Amino acid sequence: MSAITPPAHGIGMPVTHDPHPPGDNYLTHGRGIMSWLFTLDHKRIGLMYMAGVLASFFVGGVFAMLLRTELLTPGPTFSSNKTAAWNFYNHAFTLHGAVMVFLFIIPAIPAILGNFILPIMLGAKDVAFPRLNLGSLWCWIGGAVFFGYVLLGGILNASFGWHLPGGYGLDTGWTFYTPYSSGQVGVGGTPYQHGTDGTIAALLGVFVLGFSSILTGVNFIATIHMLRPKGMGWFRMPLFLWALYATAVIQILATPVLAITGLLLLAERIVGVGIFDPHLGGDPVLYQHFFWFYSHPAVYIMILPAMGVISEVMSTHSRKHIFGYNFIAYSSIAIALLSFLVWGHHMFATGQSPLSNAIFSLLTFSVAVPSAIKVFNWVSTMYRGDIRFSTAMVCALSFLVLFTFGGLTGLFLGALSTDIHVTGTYFIVAHFHYVMVGSVLFAFLAGLYHWWPKMFGRMTNLFWGNVGAIVLLIGFNLTFFVQFIAGSKGMPRRYATYPTEFQSYHVISTIGAYVMAVGLFTIAFNLLHGMIKGKRAPANPWGANTLEWHCPSPPPHDNFPVEPVAGDPYDLKSWQWDEATQQWVLDEERAKTVAGTEPTTHHH
Amino acid sequence: MSELVNKQQAAVALAGDTFSEQRDPHHHPPHVAHHFESAEQQFSSAKIGMWVFLATELLMFGGLFCAYSVYRHNHPEVFEFAHTFLDKNLGAINTVILIASSFTMALGVRMAQIGNRKGLTICLILTLLGGLGFMVIKSIEYRAKYEHHLWFGAGNQYSKLYNGPRPHEGPIQQHSDTPALTHGEREQAAVAHQMAATTLPTQTFGPAFIDPNAGTGDEAKIKPNQVMPVGLAPAIMAQQAAIEHGGFKDAAGHTDSHHKIAFEDLPQSEKDRVATFFNIYFLMTGLHGLHVLIGMGLITWVMIRGMAGAFGPLYYTPVDLVGLYWHLVDLIWIFLFPLLYLIH
Repeated sequence: MSAITPPAHGIGMPVTHDPHPPGDNYLTHGRGIMSWLFTLDHKRIGLMYMAGVLASFFVGGVFAMLLRTELLTPGPTFSSNKTAAWNFYNHAFTLHGAVMVFLFIIPAIPAILGNFILPIMLGAKDVAFPRLNLGSLWCWIGGAVFFGYVLLGGILNASFGWHLPGGYGLDTGWTFYTPYSSGQVGVGGTPYQHGTDGTIAALLGVFVLGFSSILTGVNFIATIHMLRPKGMGWFRMPLFLWALYATAVIQILATPVLAITGLLLLAERIVGVGIFDPHLGGDPVLYQHFFWFYSHPAVYIMILPAMGVISEVMSTHSRKHIFGYNFIAYSSIAIALLSFLVWGHHMFATGQSPLSNAIFSLLTFSVAVPSAIKVFNWVSTMYRGDIRFSTAMVCALSFLVLFTFGGLTGLFLGALSTDIHVTGTYFIVAHFHYVMVGSVLFAFLAGLYHWWPKMFGRMTNLFWGNVGAIVLLIGFNLTFFVQFIAGSKGMPRRYATYPTEFQSYHVISTIGAYVMAVGLFTIAFNLLHGMIKGKRAPANPWGANTLEWHCPSPPPHDNFPVEPVAGDPYDLKSWQWDEATQQWVLDEERAKTVAGTEPTTHHH
Repeated sequence: MSELVNKQQAAVALAGDTFSEQRDPHHHPPHVAHHFESAEQQFSSAKIGMWVFLATELLMFGGLFCAYSVYRHNHPEVFEFAHTFLDKNLGAINTVILIASSFTMALGVRMAQIGNRKGLTICLILTLLGGLGFMVIKSIEYRAKYEHHLWFGAGNQYSKLYNGPRPHEGPIQQHSDTPALTHGEREQAAVAHQMAATTLPTQTFGPAFIDPNAGTGDEAKIKPNQVMPVGLAPAIMAQQAAIEHGGFKDAAGHTDSHHKIAFEDLPQSEKDRVATFFNIYFLMTGLHGLHVLIGMGLITWVMIRGMAGAFGPLYYTPVDLVGLYWHLVDLIWIFLFPLLYLIH
């Protein structure tokens, strides 16, 4: 048995009888496929999200490799027929973007780590609405089915020349910009030619996926409001929860706008109500406003929970109380609110008025303030800490570097004059990959490595984990750093070919992409190996003090038999390493003393 | 009280809402899920969840209201003219019906709270009838729009999407559209006429009339093709004046004192512009109508559970939440009615 005193039962509360037999945990509680597909357990729902989301990540990654391979040379690669090769490239970059954004990166941290960790961090048995949670998973599956259909149609068409009804493949770009997605209406009232693109199926997929995101957001807000344990006021919440709360605010306020945008486009495509198509009296730029009113905040749906993960990992693996708790918490909310006021910076070159441009530029710069506050506080947390180079920490440090690159180049793009120069070039591609891949993917991996022992009760191999993370870091910078240079020299994005003077950049970039693939496979094998054959994990392998480390690894079916009492989530000094048992042991007297003091005024 | 609890247990079991998983029999009432401490906590959670969901609904309709503002700002005269094809009276009756149904819904929540099963059923039936009445009137309006070719898409013979043979133009068309002129020339001529007629500023017709930023770096990249005022073309104005002063003269010179300008009478270019308004109209009222139908479904579900005695002072959450939803649907209509029917 674990040598840890079970503070799960509450600091200062009597230890009660544990009703669960040893070895009974959420993984063994109920068997058979149905006990997974229709479970109401947030932990199992989180794991099923993980299976689906990581499978989507693989599909999106395959497209990334294909399009980088096509770009190795200026000429066509996958077909001697130029038209066929370029056409394939258009489909590949569209599906890479759409799958990565809608199926992978938006649900990655909230739906996987959030679902698994949030209730346990709150000392709760489950989220507030477990059925809605299951509904959210099924909405995700439904959305994935639509995308799968588009994908299958594309593959069947490319391989056998079959035409699935409703289109085969998707070549509008992940943004579904009108008039690419409007369909063609010929002069003289020619009816819609649905042609080769699966816009309708993909939009239906996006619509259903939006519901998945909304339901998760509703659940998280209600859960954080109503199910906090004794001792956890708003300012005793772990910062991951602040981040998820801010994310949920965006999910519920922005996603419905994407839903209505999709519905309007569907109404135009299917029944011919003119709204975005100029031929029918519509306005294509209105589509861009609607789309970015969702999709800019969506960038923060990706990055905010990533920042929450980093706060947890930085503090725990530096063995130091988080620095500037209030600032980090408030900056999450500030980013969530500001995220709604900057969408116009996607349209600096789309005929927006100079006044709007200036206002959106100013507001865009203002996002840098809370973002920088977070970075400074993370760095200060590490300062004079006892930094452990666990794989989670290596990923978190990579995040810090890459996010700084991504964030600072964002200022180049927020400035009107430089944006006009680099808009629509690889500079943009490099910038958002630094934020969405460099930052969010590394934070996601940091979170996976941090909580993997909690999820599966086993440790991952430190050496191979770190090797994978470092190879990925090198590959990432090889791929995308040169794109800043290529972009500032005028290489436009979304082109399948280019003048030969750009080839050296593309070659480096493509080699980098292959290195990234090696790093990611190393990480995948490392995680799988840890899950199946890793060393048994104790309840608290990192000596962290948030509540999920107070319950066994893996957690029992209903997490805590008795609601625990929360203390200071970053009171790491109360956990001391015991050489004799090779375990972290809680100094309960000290924890009680710390819990009795104000959380943020207590210095260590 | 204990009898009430028993009834609730029976009703909950009947509705299949058993929370069988991990129910703690020691202190949890049957309708409290295992992860909640108390009925109050569960009720508050449900309320928060519902309000948050209503916020998403508002944002979703917000997109449509935003589209409405954009198009009305771009084509104020289109909206002012086109809305006259809507029936204000039917819209007003529908508004009254929905407000009344909101009242019966609120009363229904009260009935559930005091455990008056019969009262709850009556209130919910009245609410349902309100929803039904609204939808019937809405469908009468839609049908009229369909018959007058104000419908959207390929089903409308005046739409650009229509595939069949072109219908003949109305009488006013013959007055205002000189066949010798091309479409563009007609538009220019009409605008020039109107400029002269309204003695507006000395601005001459040209690109700057369409886009004030024309010729500068800020010139719009995508030009709307419908920038001309609608329903105000000189020939139509003359006809309207003729109606007001005794009678409408058609192409053959016959007078009809009861004739009003119908959609069919408009020249094709103005039909297209009127369609801009009706696109927004159908999108807004269509999505709202869909919400009314969903609300009616939810009320039916609550009514069936209520008739089985599921609700009482200790547990009336579903009635309360469905009520909130119904009020939101009502509220959205209260904004839609003046925005679409009462434009000045």
